[in-house]
Amino acid sequence: MADDALPASTVSVNGRQCEVRTEPDTALLYVLRNHLGLKGTRFGCGLGVCGACLVLVDGHPTYSCDTPLWSVMGKSVTTVEGLGADGPHPVARAIVAQQAAQCGYCMSGIVVRAARLLAENVDPTETDVRAALDDNLCRCGSHNRVVRAVLAAAAEMRKGDD
Amino acid sequence: MSTEALPPTLVANPRLGDWLRFDHDGIVELRVGKVELGQGIITALAQMAAEELDVDVVRIRMTATTTDLSPDEGMTAGSLSIQQSGASVRQVCAETRDIYLDVAAEKLAVPKEDLTIEDGRITGPHRTETSYWELADDRLLDRPASGTVAPKPESDYRVVGTNVARIDLPDKLFGRPRYVHDLQMDGMVYGRVVRPPSRGATLTSLDTGPTLQLPGVVNVVCEGNFIGVIADREEVALTAAQRLRADAEWNVHPSLPDEDDLPAFLTSAPANTTHIAETQQPTTASPHGSWSATYHRPFIAHGSIAPSCAIALATEGPRLHIWTHSQSVYNLRREIARELGMSSEQLVVGHVEGAGCYGHNGADDAAMDAAVLALATPGRPVQVVWSRADELAWAPLGTAGVVRIDADTAADGSVLSWRHEIWSGSFISRPGMAPPPAFLATSDRDRTAIYSDAEPPLERGGGTRRNAVPGYDFPSYEVVNHLIPQMPLRTSALRSLGAHLNVFAAESFMDELAANAGRDPVEFRLSHLSDLRARAVLEAVVRQSNWSEWTPGDSVGHGVGYARYKNSGAFCAVVAEVSAVQEVRVQRLTIAVDAGLMINPDGAVNQIEGGAIQATSWTLKERVRFDTYTVTSDNWETYPILRFSEVPAVDVELMPGNGNPPLGVGECAQGPTTAAIANAVCDALNVRVRALPFTTDQVVAAMPS
Repeated sequence: MADDALPASTVSVNGRQCEVRTEPDTALLYVLRNHLGLKGTRFGCGLGVCGACLVLVDGHPTYSCDTPLWSVMGKSVTTVEGLGADGPHPVARAIVAQQAAQCGYCMSGIVVRAARLLAENVDPTETDVRAALDDNLCRCGSHNRVVRAVLAAAAEMRKGDD
Repeated sequence: MSTEALPPTLVANPRLGDWLRFDHDGIVELRVGKVELGQGIITALAQMAAEELDVDVVRIRMTATTTDLSPDEGMTAGSLSIQQSGASVRQVCAETRDIYLDVAAEKLAVPKEDLTIEDGRITGPHRTETSYWELADDRLLDRPASGTVAPKPESDYRVVGTNVARIDLPDKLFGRPRYVHDLQMDGMVYGRVVRPPSRGATLTSLDTGPTLQLPGVVNVVCEGNFIGVIADREEVALTAAQRLRADAEWNVHPSLPDEDDLPAFLTSAPANTTHIAETQQPTTASPHGSWSATYHRPFIAHGSIAPSCAIALATEGPRLHIWTHSQSVYNLRREIARELGMSSEQLVVGHVEGAGCYGHNGADDAAMDAAVLALATPGRPVQVVWSRADELAWAPLGTAGVVRIDADTAADGSVLSWRHEIWSGSFISRPGMAPPPAFLATSDRDRTAIYSDAEPPLERGGGTRRNAVPGYDFPSYEVVNHLIPQMPLRTSALRSLGAHLNVFAAESFMDELAANAGRDPVEFRLSHLSDLRARAVLEAVVRQSNWSEWTPGDSVGHGVGYARYKNSGAFCAVVAEVSAVQEVRVQRLTIAVDAGLMINPDGAVNQIEGGAIQATSWTLKERVRFDTYTVTSDNWETYPILRFSEVPAVDVELMPGNGNPPLGVGECAQGPTTAAIANAVCDALNVRVRALPFTTDQVVAAMPS
């Protein structure tokens, strides 16, 4: 079927208005990955449980795997690629710098969630970070390193604000 | 060094140019047969190459393993990559360096001994200078490894032993495509497979009409019980798979045993029984005490965060190109060819990174799914991604098992004889290692179940018997293995294989024996342990965890576990501290590991820490659930794993290498961690829990009635 036979929708992703042609109930995850080529958002469970597909919709952490396209029309979607003001987000950079990942597959969702936390709370405690990330699953056991990296990124961001 | 002493994977792939080439732009292209699984192996191997060549590590480009280009180094499994591939890379690079020094000496007309290499720049007396990049010539490496050049002595290492940053992580953290799931090819279509509703179900009818009418559906494949669909968009493939599932009719029947009585099933199922027994010091002393206990582990899922994925493209011939996150692209090529009636030469299988797999998960199955769908859709790359439910329910599982240990003890409680008896399914059903079919797709197609009775020899660490031979100085021991060939659920390699259950059982039992004799568990172990490296890790973990200053309290406890992985790999001791108020929580793990030379210490700590946290998850939470028809724990709510708020603090101490060769660390902590937690739970509650996982229900069930 030719793409132009499909309904066109416009969605705002990382500050850009993007036109996609697919059914309105298509999950945002596939719009991002396949229609817009943003591969940072990852498929993990398809049920909104593991957090690998997390994006921000109008600033709210949202599972893109079970969010239909129609529900984000007129809203602003931010993916891991669009989080940082100038290049990758400090949390992502801290995770690389501290080797706080093993396979890395769950990390986009973790970076999105942590970025949201740091936007709300510039000086979180370790307990705050663990609570914020509790719905993001990691199978490799990188949790403690991630928590340290998020705290380091928070400190770095506070320094930058001085 | 002579050629007889060359590392095995270099003997199998002797041509230097198959491993390495320089280009004129200052890049070293390194090809290896071991693949990145999130364990950091390509970074460690790049370090070893940079060290021998005397180049900056950023110049090393690691080529993804592919069957048409890379040296065949077998599987990436068993914590062997540093030992196997590392040894070959080191030798290849040492010989390459030597060859280029010869050429440089001739070109610069200076004695070879006067040349030095720094970051690939070769300098000699009188400001003479050249470089690998200037001299780069593939013909120089068109020769076999000679074994006549010795690699650098460890004392000269500058790159090995440092925490070089992981090569692959920037892409993975910054949202750049790197995983096999991210490959986007021209004309790519999306495949999904519909698995049967239960084990042993038979497809009786399938109405493909409604699916084929869906806009965007390219093809439906139905052979035997195998049902697959291909669509031009992923969202259409998902809808079409749902449609097919609704339009399929199956004959189902109950075939699985009672999950709540799994140990009884395991100990009564038909099995192949083998014995190993050794008496080192015949004793006439009659035993003072005789003891026995039985331990159980359920089926455990690999639980990769990424469902398995592969892409296949069929072209004229037919020829097949497959992109996969398999741990063994060479075996996969051979076995896919065999089961599709093709020859290996018709296939190219290339590795593309996936998520952590922790053993034989659905990666190989997804590759066969993609191959079958691609052959039905020639000319278009077909990407297959599994669902979460299929990943948790249909991928091979780490087998359930039972271990019974009997011991006779002397008056002071020390062990006179030890008997370790195992009932277990196989850990070995990777493609090529067990009779066909090896893949879910061909199993479904041919309506033939996948079974395996494979067990590797003990010299290679064994499978179900891994770490069943005692690591302590017992005067006599016996190991009896009942390997169950026809398991109700398909089983295969999961991180550490049988070492997890065997060490959990043996180290729990050591604590039980120590308690029976009124002795401290650490002292009791040390009194049976003469190996100095073993003693050193136990002593280190005792020191690091302040074992002797422990303050007992209500519902808190500490416990220790020790093993030398495979009896020939890394030494690992763990102290666990737990609280057990409403549920068991692990508060802290202190770990000491001696794995000889460390290539990348922080990478090693990362692997050990990750292994221990994963083992904590297995220990506290994980159990594959099933009814008499099929696996029911097919999502993260029915198969929960450890979360951020539940993860213990983990401190890892690496012992000095002391000139010992490097050993893998990815699996050494699994058994000792579970044993340490079991012993800590007993310390906290005075209840010996012998069945995993330690959920509240199972702890309560272990309490004396």
